[in-house]
Amino acid sequence: MLLSLTVICIVAGALLAGVNLLTEEPIALARKIKLENAIKEVTPEFDNSPSAEFTKVALPSGDSLTIYPAIKNGVPVGAAVESFSMNGFSGEIRILVGFDADGKIINYEILKHAETPGLGSKMKEWFKTEKNQQSILGKSLAGGGLRVSKDGGEVDAITASTITSRAFLEAVNQAYSAYTGTDATTGATMPDGQTGATDQQTDGESGATEQVEEEITITEEGGKR
Amino acid sequence: MNDMKVFLNGIIRENPVFVLLLGMCPTLGTTSSALNGLAMGLATTFVLLCSNVVISSLKSLIPDQVRIPAFIVIIASFVTVVQMSMEAYMPALYESLGLFIPLIVVNCIVLGRAEAFAAKNKVLPSFLDGAGIGIGFTLALSLLGAVRELLGTGKLFSLTLLPEEYGSLIFVLAPGAFIALGYLIAIIDKLRKA
Repeated sequence: MLLSLTVICIVAGALLAGVNLLTEEPIALARKIKLENAIKEVTPEFDNSPSAEFTKVALPSGDSLTIYPAIKNGVPVGAAVESFSMNGFSGEIRILVGFDADGKIINYEILKHAETPGLGSKMKEWFKTEKNQQSILGKSLAGGGLRVSKDGGEVDAITASTITSRAFLEAVNQAYSAYTGTDATTGATMPDGQTGATDQQTDGESGATEQVEEEITITEEGGKR
Repeated sequence: MNDMKVFLNGIIRENPVFVLLLGMCPTLGTTSSALNGLAMGLATTFVLLCSNVVISSLKSLIPDQVRIPAFIVIIASFVTVVQMSMEAYMPALYESLGLFIPLIVVNCIVLGRAEAFAAKNKVLPSFLDGAGIGIGFTLALSLLGAVRELLGTGKLFSLTLLPEEYGSLIFVLAPGAFIALGYLIAIIDKLRKA
């Protein structure tokens, strides 16, 4: 009895080890291709390999964001930032946001989410659609983080998914502050004490959003480019 | 002839979803679109075929007292194989189904067939039983997925048939799964008895 179960377990273990050996490489490759495609989607044209040259930026909460720099002919043209929010309607939302050298949003991709299908999951397209004030593409966050119109911001939230929209924008804002806070070569100038942009933000309602807002200390100069 | 009966049994007379009402968790959870339902059905069919064949060929070696743990180890191994292969070679599909694949282990259809059929029959009938039940499950999931996708989004296999405004969101969400399944069971019951 013990013997037969042991034998079955050993055989099963060997089988799995074999399959793991076989699939390990394709799995790593598939993940890499997925990431690279997403980076390509959200950044300007580049000739370096962002997925290999990433930097990590630590957040006050202890987590870290990954920045994939896009460089063309030796000049930084932008970056893709992997950001996340834990305040989605169903847990974590992980996104990749692309900024150009001026800190304007080029595009974004959703990497991972568990939002309600048909409602929150619309964020894949919603914030790219040029309709009313949905789109965040081409927006500069230099004048302060993005907020949904319900909270006094200028981005239309997804219909019936304000919580998802808030979490999404939180992740975008977080990506922006990580991007500009660390990379002085990108054209978005470093903080010089001007907090006009941050002041109007302090009435943000969720704790997590406030934490992001404190980090956004970008000058007006950056925003007017 | 008898083999044919075993095979067809799982598709219609003992359809796991519409008649036996087994495996309701993946049935309700993964059928938000026809494609998801189909893929889940095929993944389960593969596991079911492999586990049925292996278990029926090992049945004389597995003592009765440890048969359940032995079955679970065998089923779980095949599920892991499916999961790893899917992630390696079909990443897009893995993304939408990844969460549900490990749940095939506890899908009562798989263990149910192992216990009720494969452990008592020869390899060939067990294979046919696995194929029949698997195809029945796949058809049921595809049908339910198609109904929900059409009513919910106006699409079928991601092809737009009706304008999106006609879709009613509830069918994509969990309550719609219960409603659609209930009506499908009723219709199929009626057809079966007719």
